[in-house]
Formats: sequence, C-alpha cells, structure tokens
Amino acid sequence: MNGIERHTIAVLVDNEPGILARVVGLFSGRGYNIESLTVAEVDRVGHLSRISLVTSGTRMVIEQIKAQLDRLVPVHKVHDLTDEGPFVEREMALIKVAGRGESRIESLRLADIFRARVIDSTNESFVFEMTGSSDKLNAFIALMEPLGLVEVSRTGVVAISRGPGRF
Amino acid sequence: MPAEAMSGAEIVLKALVDQGVEVIFGYPGGAVLPIYDALFKQNALRHILVRHEQGAVHAAEGYARSTGRVGTVLVTSGPGATNAVTGLTDALMDSVPVVCLTGQVPTHLIGNDAFQEADTTGITRPCTKHNYLVRDVRDLARVLHEAFYVAKSGRPGPVVVDLPKDVLFASGSYSPPSAGQHKSYRPQLDPDPDKIAEAAALIGSAKRPLFYGGGGLVNSGAEACARFTELVRGLDIPCTLTLMGLGALPASDPHFLGMVGMHGTYEANMAMHDCDLLIAVGSRFDDRVTGRLNAFSPHSKKIHFDIDPSSINKNVHVDLAVVGDAGVALAKLGDALRAAERPLDGGAREEWWRRIDEWRRRDCLRYDKSRRDVIKPQYAIERLYAACRERDAYITTEVGQHQMWAAQFFKFEKPYHWMTSGGLGTMGYGLPAAVGVQVAHPEALVIDIAGEASILMNIQELSTVAQYRLPVKVFILNNQYMGMVRQWQELLHGGRYSESYTAALPDFVKLADAFGAFGRRVSDPADLDAAIGEMLAAPRAAIVDVAVDPTENCFPMIPSGAAHNEMLLGPQDEAKKPVSEEGMVLV
Ligand SMILES: Cc1cc2nc3c(=O)[nH]c(=O)nc-3n(C[C@H](O)[C@H](O)[C@H](O)COP(=O)(O)OP(=O)(O)OC[C@H]3O[C@@H](n4cnc5c(N)ncnc54)[C@H](O)[C@@H]3O)c2cc1C
Ligand SMILES: Cc1ncc(C[n+]2csc(CCOP(=O)(O)OP(=O)(O)O)c2C)c(N)n1
Ligand SMILES: [Mg+2]
Repeated sequence: MNGIERHTIAVLVDNEPGILARVVGLFSGRGYNIESLTVAEVDRVGHLSRISLVTSGTRMVIEQIKAQLDRLVPVHKVHDLTDEGPFVEREMALIKVAGRGESRIESLRLADIFRARVIDSTNESFVFEMTGSSDKLNAFIALMEPLGLVEVSRTGVVAISRGPGRF
Repeated sequence: MPAEAMSGAEIVLKALVDQGVEVIFGYPGGAVLPIYDALFKQNALRHILVRHEQGAVHAAEGYARSTGRVGTVLVTSGPGATNAVTGLTDALMDSVPVVCLTGQVPTHLIGNDAFQEADTTGITRPCTKHNYLVRDVRDLARVLHEAFYVAKSGRPGPVVVDLPKDVLFASGSYSPPSAGQHKSYRPQLDPDPDKIAEAAALIGSAKRPLFYGGGGLVNSGAEACARFTELVRGLDIPCTLTLMGLGALPASDPHFLGMVGMHGTYEANMAMHDCDLLIAVGSRFDDRVTGRLNAFSPHSKKIHFDIDPSSINKNVHVDLAVVGDAGVALAKLGDALRAAERPLDGGAREEWWRRIDEWRRRDCLRYDKSRRDVIKPQYAIERLYAACRERDAYITTEVGQHQMWAAQFFKFEKPYHWMTSGGLGTMGYGLPAAVGVQVAHPEALVIDIAGEASILMNIQELSTVAQYRLPVKVFILNNQYMGMVRQWQELLHGGRYSESYTAALPDFVKLADAFGAFGRRVSDPADLDAAIGEMLAAPRAAIVDVAVDPTENCFPMIPSGAAHNEMLLGPQDEAKKPVSEEGMVLV
C-alpha cells in the first residue's frame, strides 16, 4: 500500500486558455510530483488536447491524482495507462555534444549504436536526435557526459495504449 | 426568430433571470458600471449593496445554504475581485454553490497592468470550482449558463466569471439555457447497483454500525435528509453528524449521538472509535473529525457514500465506495435493504446501544452551573435555544469557541437552518451570511452567534443590515479573548496568551445604536433571559453583547494528534494528558 509507484497518465482536455495552468496548479498546490508533462492539440475540430504525464506516489496518492484531474471541468477523460494494460511510451531528446578528435568519433559511434540521428554538425559539435524510452535516453546522455555533452532538450514522455482500442 | 441584439451587460442580466436568480449581492466599480446601468433599468433582479466584497460572497453563501439555491455575486475588477477571494475559498471548502461575476479591464488592456487590473482567473483558479474569462460577447450567454450548471451540479462550489468591460458594452445576441449535456463535466449521480447491494449486505451483517452524515446530505437536499432520517430510524442505527451536517437528522432523534470530532460528544467519538461498520454519507473524513489517522476507527469496515470520487480514500482508506448523489443512493439503499429482509442481529445491536447509553451517561457537555456571578457561554446558548426553539430560527456563526458551543448546545431539527464556516474557518463569516439568510427569508428569525473578535472582522455589514432594514440578531459571546486561540495557548503553549486578548473592544451597545439597531449588554445571569427576550422582540436588528466567563474552555476536545478515545472531557484532563510532539505541529 505504501510503496511508491510510477504511473503514466493520459488526459484528454478542452484546448482552452488556462487548462495547463489548472493541471500544473493542481499538482503544485496539492504537492504531487510531476516527472514529466507534455501537451499538444490532438483534435483540431473538437479542440481537444492530450496531456501525457508521468507521476509517482503511493497508490492512494495516484488514485487521488486521477480523481482530482477528473473533476477539473474541462477534462474529458483520464486514463491511467500503467494500470489499464500494455502501452508504449516514447520520448525525444536533442543532445548537443562538442569535441574534437577521439571523443568526437566515439560520440558518433555510440550514436550509431543507439540509433540517434545527427541533425546538425559543425567541425566541433553534433546535435543528435534520439527517440526512445526515457531510460534509453538517460543511458545515452550519461555516455555523452565525458565526451563533451553541452546541453540537452527533451520533450517529456508521450504514451499510447497498444492494440486497436481507443481512448 | 432572429435573436435581437443586446449589450453584453443586458445579456448578463437576462442570463441571471433565466437561471432563476432573484437577488444579487454586490458592490459597484468602474469595470462593472455597464451591468449596474442595466440593473438600474430593470426590476426583475434585486441588488443588495454590501459594504465589502468578502461580505457579498458570504451573504451569497448564507442565501445559498439556507435555500438550496445558487447564490449570486457581482463585484468590480482588481480590488473588488481580490476582496472576494476569502469568500470564494470559503465556499469552495464548504461546497457552497455561488456564481461570482467579476469586472475586468477591457480585453485589449489585459496584461498591461491597467488601472484596477488583477489576474482574476489566475488568482481564483485554486479557490473556485471553475472559472471563466469571457473574451467575446458571442460566448457570454453560454458561459453564464454553464457557470450556473457547474456551480450547482455534482459537488457544488463557487464559479467565477470574469467580464472585461468591452464585452459588457459589445452588442451580441442572447441564447437561453440549453437542455443539452455539458461536453465534459457530468458528475455521476446514480450509484452502481452492485455497490448498493454490497452496502446493504455489510449493513445487514454489522453488529456495531454507525452512521456518519455530513454536509453532502445538506447539499443533496431536504429530501435526501428525510431519507437519511428514515433509514437511521428504520434500521435503528446510531448516528453522528459533522459540523456541516447538523440538521440532516433531527437533533431530538434518539438515534442522534451529537456532533463528532474535535469538539464532538464523547458518545459520538467513542462510537466512531469502537464501531464495526462506519457508514459515511456526504462526509469527507476531515482532520477535525478523524483525529490521529492511524488510530481512527480501527475496528471498522467503512462505507463511503459521496458524489465526488476525490473525497474517497483521500484521508482514510474505505472498504466500499459508493459514488453518486446521497439522495439517490439512500433511496436505492432503502430499496435494497427492504428487499433483502435480512433480520438484523438483534442481540448484538442491543449490546451496542447499551454501550452507547453508558457513554451517554458521562454527560460530556456538562459544565459548571454553580456560578451565579458570571454567565457561562454554554448557558447563554442553552437559554438562547430555549427562547427560540419554537421559532424555526436560522443560525449563522463566526469562528471560535462560540461556534463550537453553538454546534453543541443549539439543536437543529432541519437542514438549511445552520450556516457556519467549517472548512476554512473564516472569522467574519457570520454577519454577512446572516444578511444573505435574512434576504432569502425576510420573515424568519435569523441570529448570528458571534465572538467579540470575529464580529469585528465584517462589522461594516451592519450598515447593509440598516439599509435594507434586516431584522438580523447578533448574539455576541463576549469573553474578551480570541477564546479558541487562548484555549490552544493554554493547552500547547504554557498559558502564554500572546496577542489573544482583545484590548479596546468597542461599546457594542453604542455600536448598535450607530447603525440604528437595538443594543443591550448583559453580564448578570439573572438578566440573560430578559436580554434575549428583548432581542427577539425587537422588530429591527439587534445586538446583545453577553459578557461571559473569559476563562471557559470548550470541551470535549480531542487535541491535535490524539485519537478519539483520548478525548479531554474537562479542565481536569488538560494536565493529565499533555499534547504529543507530533500533535504540536498540527493545526
Ligand atoms: C474551529 C473549528 C472546529 C471544528 N471542529 C469540528 C468538529 O469538532 N467536528 C466536525 O465535524 N467538524 C468540525 N469542524 C469543521 C471541519 O473543519 C470540516 O469543515 C467538517 O468536518 C467537514 O464536514 P463534512 O465532512 O460534512 O464535509 P463537507 O465539507 O460538508 O463536504 C461535503 C462532502 O459531501 C460530498 N457531497 C456533496 N454533495 C453531495 C451529494 N449531493 N451527495 C453525496 N455527497 C455529496 C462532498 O463531495 C464532500 O465530500 C470545525 C471547524 C472549525 C472552524
Ligand atoms: C480570518 C481568520 N483569522 C484568524 C483565525 C484564527 N482564529 C480561529 S478562532 C479565533 C478567535 C476567535 O475569537 P472570537 O471571535 O472572540 O471567538 P471565541 O473563540 O472567543 O468564541 C482566531 C483568531 C480565523 N479562524 N480566521
Ligand atoms: Mg472571544
């Protein structure tokens, strides 16, 4: 009952001004944890946005979070992907690495292994684009650290259930 | 038929009328002048001019809580809106349906630090159930109708509609309330039948069951309270109520154990501690009720009937949650119990009642009646109650010891007659709330049971009382202290009464006089009945300033961090049971 669980939750909301503030304010006001949160419009006709968020807490807190999200007036649906069955989640990162010589070659080699793409390069830098699970991104970024990691920009997790079912 | 063009301000008023609004509590200012101008030209809506916007919201709460309808507020931008924030938070905490219209600077100036601009939707987001900024007159009517729907549906609460001045001047067309469903907000009213069956089975097999009813019963309505009463009686199950639930079951009913919680009765708290089935209906396991969580009702299975899934398993884990409207759920539960026709365990029940009667014999609300020289605050409430029990009185309170004594010693037979600030505990609530109650029930007896400190927080509303000739009565238990603060300082801080004594109190009789009200001070117990009689007989507003024993504390008391069976029953217990260190940090 008291173990900390990590949950990926998808929330379908009206795309209206203030909705993100409502969700973020809920988390900060009630002291819930946000590991990542992403939002974008997914239905242009219905003006609906989808929020993917990753949070952690005890089972009781996770249930509270879902109930609190669901009672926000512009929220249409709340789905706990972690609870509801198999799902896939992906995150994208842009990773800038600067260096010359051996470390430059090494970063390129590792990028190849991790299937990161080079989307910008100069004589002394690369920007890698990489998509995958957050763990994979973390692993790659850790490897870049000694090779001249400059900065990282990440999207946060997006997720969707497996199979033909819809939200 | 093409809708005729109207100004935004006219659309606002028409929407209010179509929503059944009769009274608005408000205060004008630059940003809402178009609405005030439209008000001037009509007479379908009555406007009550308060003296502070906080008062407007509390008045709307009093109006709402005493009628079951939505209370309506109109304030200006900037300071008007920020002054309303305490009232909005109060309404949120106590689930009171209020729609508050706030003026806003014109849309093209929003974000420019314009004169009297405040980010009203930003400020009120965490203290409303929902809020709106209307940027286009074409959305105006729809948003207003939606605001009323949201305020009163599901778990009720306050809704703010922020109205930029240019939208109020713009010309648009009106659309009436639509019968269609809201696109996203559809609270569950009908409970899951399986859960009802499970609840019936649990009740059928309980040996020591207890009902724990709350404000949700009052929210659900008079009919829900009647069904609740019927069930309690039919099943012969003891029942306690929260501060917010008082009146949901008649206090005179022999099944009623009194209020539960920090200042609840011994029998209610002991029953909660020892029951084997706790049936919560529209109550939210607030910390004033549960005491120390890990010692809360340790032997019971728990059923929770609530309309808001976020109330369930928030503080206390329950075994069975029944989401839905209390009235609907209780009707279905009644049906299920009748159909089951399972004989209740008579022997066990008898034993349970025997234990409860034993607890009752402790007579926990007992106080020292031997003093002839000073009025005990409990006695003052007892006499007040005796004087108006035939009068169907509406009681509001401020916050503090007097509030708790009112809850303990005034007996409420019906819902909608008890208006108090429970969740936020807002000093200054009672007088403006009484204004709202009196406006809703012009002929009724409305009394604010007050403390001398709290009453000063919204004392300006006496001017509203005077303007509308409201016969509101203010019954001050004047102990010269912020008594509740003093009590905690005695208990937790070695009797160091830091800043809790109110020096330079006003002469409340003169104050009454200044506002055209009847005023009287009383300090001799022998004169108390006469003073109450004069107050009740006065055809106008009245203040009775009752000088009470300044050292009296409110018992029983479950100190913070203690369990229900660790109650302090009187001053003699204070020394015996010191407050724990964990308790000290709790509020
Ligand atoms: C100085 C002070 C001392 C206090 N001491 C005590 C005390 O000793 N004892 C005490 O009880 N309180 C006390 N309180 C009040 C306390 O802080 C809480 O406000 C109160 O206990 C909450 O009451 P409630 O559980 O009935 O919930 P409410 O705040 O009334 O909430 C209502 C619940 O019912 C639900 N609901 C709403 N509508 C419906 C519906 N239609 N159908 C079903 N469910 C619905 C809601 O979702 C919510 O969960 C004190 C307050 C102050 C200021
Ligand atoms: C607005 C506000 N400020 C502070 C408090 C903290 N507080 C709770 S009770 C109380 C004292 C109330 O004094 P009084 O109105 O005289 O009532 P008494 O307890 O003496 O009956 C205070 C200061 C509060 N509840 N509300
Ligand atoms: Mg006082």
